[in-house]
Amino acid sequence: MTEAAEQVKEQVVDLTGANAILDKYVDMHGALMPALQEIQEFYGYIPEPTVHLTAERLNVYSSQIYGVLTFYAQFHLQPRGKYIIRVCMGTACHVKGAARIADTVKDRLGVVHAETTEDLKFTAEYVACIGACGMAPVIMVNDATYGSLTVQKVDEVIEKYQAMG
Amino acid sequence: MAEQAEKIKVLICQGTGGLASGAAAVADAFEAEFAKQGVEAKVGKRCEVVGTGCRGLCANDVLVDIVMPGAEGVTYDFVTPELVPQIVAEHVIANSPVEKSVAGPYYASFLEKQQRIIFSRCGTINAESLDDFIAHRGFTGIRKAVTMAPSEVIEEVKRSGLRGRGGGGFPTGVKWSFCKATPGEEKYLICNADEGDPGAFMDRSVLEGDPYGLIEGMMIGAYAIGCKFAYVYVRAEYPLAIKRLQMAIDTCYEKGYLGKNCMGLGFDLDMRIKAGAGAFVCGEETALMASIEGHRGMSRPRPPFPAVKGLWGKPTNINNVETFANVSYIFYNGADWYSSIGTEGTKGTKIFALTGKVKHTGLVEVPAGTTMKQVIYDVCGGILNNRKFKAVQAGGPSGGCLPTEALGAEVDYDSLIKAGAMMGSGGLVVMDETTCMVDIARFFLNFTRAESCGKCIPCRIGLKIMLEILERITQGRGREGDLELLEDMAYDIKKSSLCGLGQTAPNPVLSTLRYFRNEYETHIRDKECPSHSCRHLLHFRVVEEKCKKCGVCPKVCPVNAIRWEKGQAAYIDADKCTECTSCYDACRFMAIE
Ligand SMILES: Cc1cc2nc3c(=O)[nH]c(=O)nc-3n(C[C@H](O)[C@H](O)[C@H](O)COP(=O)(O)O)c2cc1C
Ligand code: SF4
Ligand code: SF4
Ligand code: FES
Ligand code: FES
Repeated sequence: MTEAAEQVKEQVVDLTGANAILDKYVDMHGALMPALQEIQEFYGYIPEPTVHLTAERLNVYSSQIYGVLTFYAQFHLQPRGKYIIRVCMGTACHVKGAARIADTVKDRLGVVHAETTEDLKFTAEYVACIGACGMAPVIMVNDATYGSLTVQKVDEVIEKYQAMG
Repeated sequence: MAEQAEKIKVLICQGTGGLASGAAAVADAFEAEFAKQGVEAKVGKRCEVVGTGCRGLCANDVLVDIVMPGAEGVTYDFVTPELVPQIVAEHVIANSPVEKSVAGPYYASFLEKQQRIIFSRCGTINAESLDDFIAHRGFTGIRKAVTMAPSEVIEEVKRSGLRGRGGGGFPTGVKWSFCKATPGEEKYLICNADEGDPGAFMDRSVLEGDPYGLIEGMMIGAYAIGCKFAYVYVRAEYPLAIKRLQMAIDTCYEKGYLGKNCMGLGFDLDMRIKAGAGAFVCGEETALMASIEGHRGMSRPRPPFPAVKGLWGKPTNINNVETFANVSYIFYNGADWYSSIGTEGTKGTKIFALTGKVKHTGLVEVPAGTTMKQVIYDVCGGILNNRKFKAVQAGGPSGGCLPTEALGAEVDYDSLIKAGAMMGSGGLVVMDETTCMVDIARFFLNFTRAESCGKCIPCRIGLKIMLEILERITQGRGREGDLELLEDMAYDIKKSSLCGLGQTAPNPVLSTLRYFRNEYETHIRDKECPSHSCRHLLHFRVVEEKCKKCGVCPKVCPVNAIRWEKGQAAYIDADKCTECTSCYDACRFMAIE
């Protein structure tokens, strides 16, 4: 874990937000996943205290929650960067050189799959398919998709976000 | 209607591809130019910018159609904001299209062999507009369906011959009749929009480009089965699809098309989106239901089938996005019309996602029975960079690779299985001579191994061992006997796994062994990769005799490791080279190995 991440983890987490989210889900069928998704949206990740809170309020075992959190690629137990770079490693992208794109991200930012830069600015994620295979190779930065990439174009995209602060 | 026809329409692709290529800026530029050039006053007509869904040719985005009243639309491709003032001045105002920017003849041939039924609205109407949907036959299918008894609706679907588009190809009408036959007040309908298959994106396009069409198909299904609650399980990687579908559902509630007494037709239906959370196995129906219930997405044995005991133990029917989209059209035009399209065993059209080393990547919809060769060459323009076709991978991680000899195979559930692949969800990845088939097998196994839910040992451990063998081979450490061992394990894993993931995961290995065994042997025996693509076996040098001195490679090298002068063969400086493979991919003459 990076130092920055460690620090954030030690901070006290304000549970007001999580409580408000859980209010909506207490009596709902199959509430666990959407509740966790919303908590993650709110905090950017799933802080540990919210797991215990969720267990209490939805009457489930913490172990079941951790089971869910670790099964799905989408959930994160660590704080993540401001910009999430999703590098597609799907078939179409693989055939068109996805490995090269992932290497470039690694070279420029020093992060591989599931890692966050020290300044909490970028997180890299290798994903199975973004669904824009017609423009392979593809990456997404938060909700924006960038297609038909070359090493140079990836550089430009990264520079753009670096400049954005 | 008359007023409608008098408008000048500018259709701009606002699918994920279009937006990634800058469609929003293009749309803004049109709006700005309309005002700046005073178009409406000059031509005396209203001009409207319409954001459409995907048109299929995503690689050429941003695609723009200018539709002048009473005339055929003209399509422009690769449109940038800079081009907009000229298009507005010359085409919209002076009615003379900007010839040099109009999409070339490939656009016509791309469309010619296709039969766009499911896509007939996708890419032509404003995806977010309920009015547009209704003006294009929207909701006439469900209106027709409710004039029939639910059992007659199911009969009609059976007669149409529709088979599920999610991969298995199970007859849809038959599936519905099972769920209807199970007693119970509470039943569920689920639309599987997980689309976990890498290389496939047709479901995404339907969700983004015609969300109301999907809702209508689901209404018909719900009415037929007698269920009041429907879920759409969409993968979380599709933010735009989720947004558009949610907007469409909200609008339907507002206007009374969903909820209590839908459309005043006397039945109730609630509909909700469930965002997936990034696990391929969740596309499998029992795992998907576990995921909706809030558990880990683990498969469970069948029977009991979902139709008997599904979501929360209640009878449940689950179909793919494209399946539901087909249903609407069956009710617009009748089962007889539908079954007149396609082959004996596969009715209607199938959407394919063509990707990889093909000229025009994108989405194509063709009648079942079209051959692979027609799809790849006639519709999609053949292979990129004039290279040689090697194989087409069909059916994703559960499918197989077809070589040149099998290009005559028709797209049809049964003929593809006979050829050693499968329809799957319809992803076709085209590979040329630079793609190593051993590496592709390794790639898929790596994927399925990582996505295995881990419940059964053959799938969890077996795939890992197979992967290790394949990795060794691609690194030049293959051994005699590896291939036999791979084959043995493949059959065992297929036989002893619980769910479809494990049962099909070895297919890519088996099909590449069947058609490309010699490539495996070369890796093992000679420690060479015949396609020069396995990185550990690449040397990165320019073969002088093959080099045509074109000077393409130095342009793509990110570290300036290539020396080249006009009229000279290129030379790679091994000290500088980071082995990124850019130049290898870019060389049109296979001169780098
Ligand atoms: C591992 C695995 C992944 C699957 N992924 C999908 C998927 O992403 N989308 C889909 O519609 N069906 C998927 N299926 C098939 C579904 O389980 C199910 O058969 C299908 O949704 C039924 O719909 P249909 O009858 O309309 O084809 C998958 C099956 C397996 C075994
Ligand atoms: S075959 Fe694989 S994915 Fe399917 S249930 Fe078994 S372990 Fe899970
Ligand atoms: S492999 Fe990459 S780094 Fe090496 S010469 Fe080719 S383009 Fe340059
Ligand atoms: S394979 Fe990369 S976007 Fe689909
Ligand atoms: S997204 Fe624009 S054509 Fe596919």
